[in-house]
Amino acid sequence: MRYAETGYNLEVDLSRGNIERVETDPRLTELHIGGLGTNAKILWDRVPPEVEPFSPDNLLIFGAGLLCGTPAVGANRTIVSTFSPQTLLMAYSMMGGFFAPELKHAGYDKVIIRGRSPDLVYLWINNDRVEIRDAGHLRGKGSLETAEIIRQELNEPNAQVAAIGLAGENRVYYASIEHGRSSASRGGIGAVMGDKRLKAIAVRGTKDVNIARPARFIELCNEVLKYIQFRQENPVKGVPPILAVLGSPQEMAIHDEEWHTNNFAWGNARYRRKDFWTREVEEKWKEVQSKAVERLISCYNCPLKCGGIISHPQLKRYMMKCYSKLTYTMAAMSDLEFGFKIAGLAQEYGVDGYSTPQVMAFALELYEAGILTDRDLAGMPSDTEGRFFWLLERIVRREGIGDVLANGTYWAARQIGRGAEAYAHNTIKKHEQLPLKLGMLNPIYFLMYSTGEKINITQIEGQFPQAPFATRELREEFVKDWFQVPDERFKQYVLDWEPRGERSIPYYPTIEATCEIVDWQEKMHYIDDATGICAGVSSFHLKPPYHIHNLPDIISAAAGIDLDREGLSLAARRNRTLIRAINVRRGLRRKDERPPENHWKKRFPELEARLLDEYYKFKGFNKEGIPTRESLLELGLDYVGEDLLRRGILTDGKSDPAGEAPAEAGKK
Amino acid sequence: MGVLKKKKVKVIKIDLEKCNGCRACEVICSSFHAVPKYGSNNPARSRIRLIRDPLKDIFLPVYAGEYTAAQCMGRDKYIIQGKEYGECDFCRASCPSRDAFKEPDSGLPLKCDMCEDDPPQEEPLCVQWCLNKALIYEEREEEVEEEVRPDEVEAGLKSLVDKYGLGKVVDTVVRLSSKG
Repeated sequence: MRYAETGYNLEVDLSRGNIERVETDPRLTELHIGGLGTNAKILWDRVPPEVEPFSPDNLLIFGAGLLCGTPAVGANRTIVSTFSPQTLLMAYSMMGGFFAPELKHAGYDKVIIRGRSPDLVYLWINNDRVEIRDAGHLRGKGSLETAEIIRQELNEPNAQVAAIGLAGENRVYYASIEHGRSSASRGGIGAVMGDKRLKAIAVRGTKDVNIARPARFIELCNEVLKYIQFRQENPVKGVPPILAVLGSPQEMAIHDEEWHTNNFAWGNARYRRKDFWTREVEEKWKEVQSKAVERLISCYNCPLKCGGIISHPQLKRYMMKCYSKLTYTMAAMSDLEFGFKIAGLAQEYGVDGYSTPQVMAFALELYEAGILTDRDLAGMPSDTEGRFFWLLERIVRREGIGDVLANGTYWAARQIGRGAEAYAHNTIKKHEQLPLKLGMLNPIYFLMYSTGEKINITQIEGQFPQAPFATRELREEFVKDWFQVPDERFKQYVLDWEPRGERSIPYYPTIEATCEIVDWQEKMHYIDDATGICAGVSSFHLKPPYHIHNLPDIISAAAGIDLDREGLSLAARRNRTLIRAINVRRGLRRKDERPPENHWKKRFPELEARLLDEYYKFKGFNKEGIPTRESLLELGLDYVGEDLLRRGILTDGKSDPAGEAPAEAGKK
Repeated sequence: MGVLKKKKVKVIKIDLEKCNGCRACEVICSSFHAVPKYGSNNPARSRIRLIRDPLKDIFLPVYAGEYTAAQCMGRDKYIIQGKEYGECDFCRASCPSRDAFKEPDSGLPLKCDMCEDDPPQEEPLCVQWCLNKALIYEEREEEVEEEVRPDEVEAGLKSLVDKYGLGKVVDTVVRLSSKG
């Protein structure tokens, strides 16, 4: 019997209309845990680097985390993996909600989609019965609307649906896959789903998920639950409100937005408005939010209420979470009311809440600069809010200028030319980033931004404070009950880290400590992305209920595989290195690994180069950021090393080959 | 008829306003009642069901009650603070009109037993796992008429008798026991 996992994947070939249930190799669970790890393994094995994102040979994998469908609190993430039309690298985006547990109960760990359907279809998975069904009637429908229609026509109110909207159908490079209040939206994976002409996947499952050592497992789950309660009752002191408590940032519950509005950049990631947050604004926004948010809601088996049901007199009800309430607001230099209004529509169209507002603000900047003209934007209203709505409609339909903007700021700027490139200033690896423009280089964040394979900072950071505590007292109090650290020396890093003076950024934490801190943060995310535990109860947070000391035991008790701290750390490193190798095979090199030039005002090129050198060494990469044969061998990834050698990406024992392979050139 | 006796009555108060829709109650219920205990889980076997329709702001946990052989005429609608509920939504019965409160494979009825356990649980598991306190456990003393209730096996068998007839059930039991 298989434990925690079902032991089966569903293989669907949309070109041929073929569906197969395929047993998986349990050894792969030991090596890669599951979720993102096993997704990556499949992509390495089956999608060669020549395959373009919009090719029938590209795979789109919906992987349930290993612990999804077990009682592990907050284990509900679906990890969607494919190759991104925007970055041309591996894209993995994750969604919470209810999809992954339902898929496990239907008897599958993953749905692997290949090929391209001749017509728009949806997939209906009902335990052992799986059908590809016509979706002609769903063409152009919104993502939530689609889910409702499917549930009704199947007469199955308990079916869980993941769907694309119009943006996915039209292959917008930042189209999302939407599932209730959750979405897998980064990297344009909704565009790949649209390219496969797959409108939605609906799933219903009524089978058991088994646990290897039940008594121990439930004891650990109860401990986690108790600690969650403790953490919520004892917020971390000295940090912004959304970082003080667990959950995906509690944007639906908390109305105090001083931190976001004062520290994040407005417009096209341009302007800091340090005096924006006044009492007047606070009162107004509080009122708007309390009217709009009808109820706080959660994902499957999680007590944290990160989502909200949004009800607005001019809108259909929808669900929202996290920072998307502010991305449109701030990009349009508008207010919260506007944010709530446009986000609902954007969700129905199925677009990413980070990239979309930035693309629109970018377009308006180009217009102000005279690079886009009235001819390009004929018919656009004169007010900013109206322009955002107008642009959204053009983008999701790829109409006129929308067809260019639908490719994101990086590609759009190159298509438009005339100096537009300078306005696409906030991307890493061609992907729009959080609108943050800060003063002094932070070495920890420098490495995470530069090297993170997720290309999205919120899915890399966590565990370690984002900034030094203001006073020694706060630092001492913080480390007092910080048992989550992998080693006591991390406490010292926090104790010694000061806002100013010798032991402050950019030279403290030291390069060595920075590597360790980044490695720890990254490791915890890689573990979560394999188990399906939400970062909001785990790796994103300071002092989370899941940590390196209890996770090996939790995974072993659930899945019945032998795992200790070293074993789990090794598996996380294996997954991380494999994804690096996948991207390296697609051309990723050191020169791609840099934050936006203006992310910090004060930059330190020499220090940055040393940080990258040391971090690469620490991770077992060479100077170009390519995993070395030795480190691949250590991880049992010899076959990866051999492949990189055959392709001339690695050379046998000698120094690195030139890092000039064409990530930047792309394949357009 | 039974005699009047003082009895501890176990009650779960359900506060719909506090429900966050996470279904932890279903998860832990099915896990607790698995054989071996916590050895598997499956909300489809849960003795509590969350009727969940977020776009209508409907979040309604319902507990499994008695098995019934026939469906009733309840097809009415309730509108409560602008939200429409079906009459069935509030019903505890394991009945032929719906899938809820039946084992998904055998179709045998399920019923909430307040997590009877040895040693006893302080509170039913669904309450323990509901950190948002939508489910609140209360005990009170009441004078009640004592009655003999059929146990689970009996209730299950009765449902099979209703469905297939006594003869077929007896034949099957005899056949199974002869197989040893």
